[in-house]
Amino acid sequence: MSDANESMRDVKFWPGNVVIAEAAAAAGCDFFAGYPITPSSEIAAHMAAILPKKGGHFIQMEDEIGAMGAVIGASLAGAKALTATSGPGLSLKLENLGFGYMVEAPCVIVNVMRGGPSTGLPTHPAQADVMQARWGTHGDHPTIALVPAFHHEMYTETIRAFNLAEQLRMPVLVLIDEVLGHLSDGMVPPKPGEFEIVNRPMWDGKPEDYQPYFDDKGDVPPFLPYFEGAQWHTTGLNHDETGFPTTNPELVTKQMHRLMRKVTGNRELIDSIDYYEADDAEIGIVSFGSTARAAMVAIKKAREKGIKVGMLRPLTIWPFPNKQVEEFSKKVKALIVPEFNLGQIVYEVERSVHSDMVIKRINKVGGVPINPNEILAGIEEVA
Amino acid sequence: MHFEARFSAVGGQGIILAGTILADAAHILGMHAAGSPTYTAQVRGGPTKVDVIIDSEMVLYPRTTEIDFFLSLATDSYKRFATDLKPGCVVLVDPNMVEFSKEDEEKYNLYQVPVLDLTQKELGRMVYTSAVSLGTMVALTDIVTEEATKEALKKRAPKGTEMYNLKAFQVGYDYASELLVKKA
Amino acid sequence: MSFDYLPYMRENHLPHMWCPGCGIGVVVKSVIRSFDELGWEQKDIAFVSGIGCTSRAPGYLNVNTLHTTHGRAISFATGIKMHRPDKHVVVISGDGDATAIGGNHLIHAARRNIDITVIVNNNNIYGMTGGQYSPTTPLGAKAATAPYGNLEPSFDLAKLLIGAGASYVARGHVGNGRQLAKFIKDGFAHNGFSFIEVVSNCHTQFGRRNKMADPMNMVKWISDRATPLKKFDEMSDSEQEKHFPVGVLHKDESRPEYTDTYSNLISSLQDKA
Repeated sequence: MSDANESMRDVKFWPGNVVIAEAAAAAGCDFFAGYPITPSSEIAAHMAAILPKKGGHFIQMEDEIGAMGAVIGASLAGAKALTATSGPGLSLKLENLGFGYMVEAPCVIVNVMRGGPSTGLPTHPAQADVMQARWGTHGDHPTIALVPAFHHEMYTETIRAFNLAEQLRMPVLVLIDEVLGHLSDGMVPPKPGEFEIVNRPMWDGKPEDYQPYFDDKGDVPPFLPYFEGAQWHTTGLNHDETGFPTTNPELVTKQMHRLMRKVTGNRELIDSIDYYEADDAEIGIVSFGSTARAAMVAIKKAREKGIKVGMLRPLTIWPFPNKQVEEFSKKVKALIVPEFNLGQIVYEVERSVHSDMVIKRINKVGGVPINPNEILAGIEEVA
Repeated sequence: MHFEARFSAVGGQGIILAGTILADAAHILGMHAAGSPTYTAQVRGGPTKVDVIIDSEMVLYPRTTEIDFFLSLATDSYKRFATDLKPGCVVLVDPNMVEFSKEDEEKYNLYQVPVLDLTQKELGRMVYTSAVSLGTMVALTDIVTEEATKEALKKRAPKGTEMYNLKAFQVGYDYASELLVKKA
Repeated sequence: MSFDYLPYMRENHLPHMWCPGCGIGVVVKSVIRSFDELGWEQKDIAFVSGIGCTSRAPGYLNVNTLHTTHGRAISFATGIKMHRPDKHVVVISGDGDATAIGGNHLIHAARRNIDITVIVNNNNIYGMTGGQYSPTTPLGAKAATAPYGNLEPSFDLAKLLIGAGASYVARGHVGNGRQLAKFIKDGFAHNGFSFIEVVSNCHTQFGRRNKMADPMNMVKWISDRATPLKKFDEMSDSEQEKHFPVGVLHKDESRPEYTDTYSNLISSLQDKA
C-alpha cells in the first residue's frame, strides 16, 4: 500500500474542464478571453485563477464574439491564446473564427458540447456540434478539431491543439462534452519535459523585409508578432503575400489553396487514431469522445459473448480520417457508428466506405448519454 | 472489481465532498475512481447527487449503470435519484428525512441511519453531515478501508476542522457497525 | 516647412479609396500629427479597425494595422492591449461599426477604462454599404433604408460614452482640423479609455440624400452647428437643438486604468509566490 500511497500524492481528481485549463497553462498559454456559459465555465474560472500567477492575462469579455476577437488580437501580438465555450457560444464566435483562419492566427477554442439547437440542454451533454465545428463559419476553410475521451487525453490533446495551432498558424478546436467537462477522474498530469511544446515558426530575417504570408518556406509562412518592427497589415479580406487586400483571382486562388493545404498536406502530423480490440474484429465501431467509452464497455461485453468487435476511435475528428476508416471497413462485415446526436459523423463514415457496406447508426438525444447496453444491442443486431 | 456509489441529498448538505473523499480513498488504495455531480439550476436547497465509480481498472463508461451503494438524506432526492439500483443494493436512508416504501425494503439491503440527528447531536454543526455519511458508507460496504478514507478526509478537510471531521466519520462508522451487528 | 505625412503612410498603397472631399482624410491627418507630436514610434503602435469606409484607414498607415470583422475592432484591440500593455493601441471606426454592431464592445471597453483610444468618424450614415441609416442618423434625415425620413431617434455618442465610464471624452469636427488634432493627441496621451467623436461628412451617401451633395456645403453645415462647450451650455434649449457642443466634454484622471490594475494583480500574486 505504501507504493500506492506514494503515487496518490500526484493523483489529481480534477473535472475535465480543469484538466483542460491546466494543460493549456502547461502548453504555455498566457492569454484567455471568455464569456460565462454552461457547461464550460470552469475552464474560464480556472484560467482566471492561474494565469495572473504566471504573468499571463485573463479577461472576461462582454460577449462570446468579443472573446474570440480578443483571443485573435492577443495572438497577433504574440500570445498563446485560449477561449472556451459551449454550443451557443461557438455559434456566436464563428465569424471571428473564420477571421482567425483567414489571417492565420494561432489559437485554441474549446467547445464543451451540450444539447441543442438554441439554448437546448445547458447542463446536459451531446456530441451535436461536430459538423458545426467543421462547417460553421462561412466560406471555404481548413479545420482541425480534436476529440479526447479520457482525462489524460484531455491533457495531452489540449497541448497538441496548441502545438498544431502554433505549428500551422491557425485556430484549432477541441471538442469535449458535458460528460467529460464535469467528470472528475484520477489522473497524474505529465510533468514538464514529458511532452513536447511547439511554438510558431518565427521570421528570422530583418523586420523590414517581413511579409506575413510569403510562403517560400512551405505552406506555413513564418510569423512576426506586432511591435517587432515589421508593421504588417492584417485583414479578413483576401490578401496577397504582403497582407494587403487583393481581388486578383489568381492570388486569391493561390491563398485559398495554401490555407487548405496546411491541413491536407500535413495529415501525418494532424491525424491521430486509437484502435481498440481492432486486430481480429469482425464488426467495427467508429466512435469518439465520451460515447467511445460506452462503446469500449460494449465491446468487452460482446467479446465475452464471443462476438469479435473492435473500434476505430479518432482523436482528430477534423480532418476526418476517411482513408483509415476505409481500411478499417475492409476487415469487417459491418460498421456501427454510435454518436450522441441524430447522425453527423456517420455521413463521413458513409462516404469513406463502399456503398454496399452495412452501417448501423446508433443515435440519441435527450441529455442521457448512450449507454453500453444500447451499443451492445446494436452489435448483436449486426452480428 | 467494479463498484458504483451514489450520494444524494439536497443542495448545501456537502454531499459532493463526500464523493470526492471516497474517490480519494480509492486512489490511495491504488484503484481508479471517477465521479460527477449532477448539476441543477437550483444551487441551494434543490435535490443534488454525486456518483462515484470505482474500478480496479480505468473507468470506461463514466456514468452509473448498476449502483451498489445509495445514500439519501431527503425524500426529494430519494424519489429523483433512486434509479439504476442493483437488486440487493446497499441503501442507506435517514429515516427522519426520507419516506421509503415497504417494497424498497424488500428489494434492497436497506439501512436506516438518522444521519442529520447524529450530526446535530454529536458534532453540533451540520457541515459534518458528509463525514458522518462517509463513515456509515465505509462501515456498510467493503470497497474502501477505514484508514484510507480517514487519510483522504484529513487531506480534504478545511484547516482546523480535521479533528471534527474524523470524529464525525467515527460517529457514522460506529453507528452503522452496530446496525450490522444487530442485523447479523 | 509644412508637415511631412508620408513617413507615416504606406505610400505604395495610395491613392486611397475614399471619395474626394471625404471627412476621413482630416481625421487621418490628425491621427498622424498626434503620433508625431507625442513621439510615438511607429513600431509601438497598433491601429485597429472594423468594417466600413473609416475602417479602411489603417491600411494606409505604416504602423501595426489590423482590419477586423464588422463591429469587433475594440475586442481585438482589447486582446492586444492586455497582452502588450506597454504598447499604444488605437481604434478607428465609423458610427455604424462602432455604435450599432459594435456598441457592446464600445461601452464595455469604456467601463473597464482600458487604455485604448477610440476615434469614431461620425458621418451619420453607413457609407460603404450604400447609405443606410445608422444609430446617429438625425431624426427625419433621409437614407437608403429611410426613404421617408429616419424614424429612429439617434445616439448622443459623447453622452453615451460618459455614461459608460470613459475617462476621456471629446468631440471635434472635420471643419476644424487643428482643434481635432489637439483632442486626438490629448486622448492618446490620456492613461485610460479615451473616446473622440468626430462629426464628419459623407456628402456621397448622406449629403446627396439630404440636399448637401457638395462636400463644402456639408462641412459648412457641420461647422455652423459646432459650438464650444461653454457657449453651448449658455444657449437656450431651442438654440441647443440646432447646435452640438465641441470640446473636451469629460476628463477624469483619477480612475485606475485596467491594464495597470491587472499588472498590480500580477505583481501582488508573484510577491506571494
